[in-house]
Amino acid sequence: MTKRSLRQKQEARWGFFFVAPFLIGFVLFMFGPMLFSLIGSFTDYNLTSKMNFIGLNNFKRMFLNDDLFWKSLYNTAYFTIFNVPLTTLFSIFLAVILNQKLVGMRFFRTIFYLPAVLSGVAVYILWMQLLSPSTGLINTILSWFHITGPSWLFDPNWTKPALIMMKLWSAGGAMLLYLATLQNVPTQLYESAEIDGAGIWQQFRHVTLPMITPIIFYDVITSTIGSFQIFQEAYVMTSNGQGGPANSLLFYNLHMWNKAFVGFDMGYAMAMSMVLFMIVLVLTLINLKLAPRWVHYAGGDQ
Amino acid sequence: MATEVQRLSHNPIVTKKGASKQRTRFIKTIGSYLLLGGISLVLLTPLLWMIFTSLKPMTEIVQFPPTFFPKTIHWENYLMAINSFPFWSYAKNTLIIAGSVVIGNVLANSFIAYGFAKLNFPGKRILFALVLSTMMIPGFVTMIPQYVIFSKIGWVGTYLPLIVPSFFGNAFNIFLMRQFYLSISNELIEAAQLDGANHLYIWSHLMIPLTKPALITIAINSFNGAWNDFLGPLLYIKDQRQYTLQIGLQVFKNQSTTQWHYLMAGAVLVLLPTILLFFFAQRYFIEGMNLTAGTKG
Repeated sequence: MTKRSLRQKQEARWGFFFVAPFLIGFVLFMFGPMLFSLIGSFTDYNLTSKMNFIGLNNFKRMFLNDDLFWKSLYNTAYFTIFNVPLTTLFSIFLAVILNQKLVGMRFFRTIFYLPAVLSGVAVYILWMQLLSPSTGLINTILSWFHITGPSWLFDPNWTKPALIMMKLWSAGGAMLLYLATLQNVPTQLYESAEIDGAGIWQQFRHVTLPMITPIIFYDVITSTIGSFQIFQEAYVMTSNGQGGPANSLLFYNLHMWNKAFVGFDMGYAMAMSMVLFMIVLVLTLINLKLAPRWVHYAGGDQ
Repeated sequence: MATEVQRLSHNPIVTKKGASKQRTRFIKTIGSYLLLGGISLVLLTPLLWMIFTSLKPMTEIVQFPPTFFPKTIHWENYLMAINSFPFWSYAKNTLIIAGSVVIGNVLANSFIAYGFAKLNFPGKRILFALVLSTMMIPGFVTMIPQYVIFSKIGWVGTYLPLIVPSFFGNAFNIFLMRQFYLSISNELIEAAQLDGANHLYIWSHLMIPLTKPALITIAINSFNGAWNDFLGPLLYIKDQRQYTLQIGLQVFKNQSTTQWHYLMAGAVLVLLPTILLFFFAQRYFIEGMNLTAGTKG
């Protein structure tokens, strides 16, 4: 007995040794910084000279006197509300049509997935050209049908739809998750549904959909968090983070970035980051709360 | 929908039923291929357009309507793009960062996940929940205070803020590695222990070779992430000579607005490593996804 507990103790020591890097990293790069942000959000910290406690002044200023704060929150919410459902639906659609027993599916999977692995400035430049009002591909195609396309990135009403369209193009990442799950669905389920006379839609509704709800749940949570953090697209596709025409691409993080690293209004920016944290936390909790109503966990595997 | 109507309405004579069923299946297959082909075309067109535009002269780009296929091929656009900014030296900088990040990610996540997958210690479940919960923390929440800390210790203007954090693991990769470890039998570890090996030896000599596919997945994903990272270098790199390709391309973009042929050539060059990696190592991209999906159910 004593020998066993000695072994256990030894194993526990090894266990902590192996997970130690994570713990150290967590304290240094997550917990510590967040604590600092929390404290800093009540100060007028500016990185160099001052750090005075000013109570709730940052938050008061944010909610009462900063129109751009509300504008950026509106832009981000707008983007998230359209982006999350659209990319989720599109990636499920792509996965479902790939999940057929036909020749050449690997080839189509490669093509569907390719846009998702491409990212960064090159992709934004590509889309700036596709969306260019006069020489861009999208308006050229529209002109074949005698439609005068909008000015996209230059028209405040069309900037966000343009970005949502760009994001749809790269929905293939989530598609792979759905596809991997679909391929684990026993084919007998489809066969028996077909014998019962279920059509394509009914098969999807009653066989496919319940099987992928856990992935939808995971996808919705992560893409909500991701959508709320949209930044680079707006920074690169407007001239140096100006926020685009009529501030229509001034997203939450872009506004925060400008406060922190252009104005060095660090205290205020940290207060904004705390509000962002609360928003994401609340959205995640809502998702978790709603999950039991629609997420279906197949019996057996956890 | 059409197939369903057909099935319900046709005459229930056995032989005819078989033929009709076959025909339905044939129509369904054709329909599937048309749909798959159509979507492929839509998804590929932007990339083809990028390549074609990169080869066109300006006159073909601004004419109305623009040509789709270039009439004349202008490879010199690529030379122009490369010579417009220090392309090779930025590529070297990017490789230095990406290479270090790959090493950090592969070692740290493999190491940390071994602890979570194969060793028992008090509080393990809570700690693992903590690992997963960090996935829910937006990077922007920690970005500002991290910048403050890095600037206080004098790391701003160096590559260290971009590289060092990768040596402490990240939630997604720890999770992925742990899944892979769980598929390896514990008997192997016990046998090695009977031979007198300690866990550090078991990890470095037994587990690393056995988990190679997962390590390659992590290596490819982190290379891709670091190669395409814009935010990190934008925040931490101040000196022009230290710029990465992403920053270089952004500066190039600001300098040559609407010079689409040069910009597209630059974009193709920067995307090329990712595209090549994707075609040669697609298996590993997909393996990572399958590991994640297999356990969410």
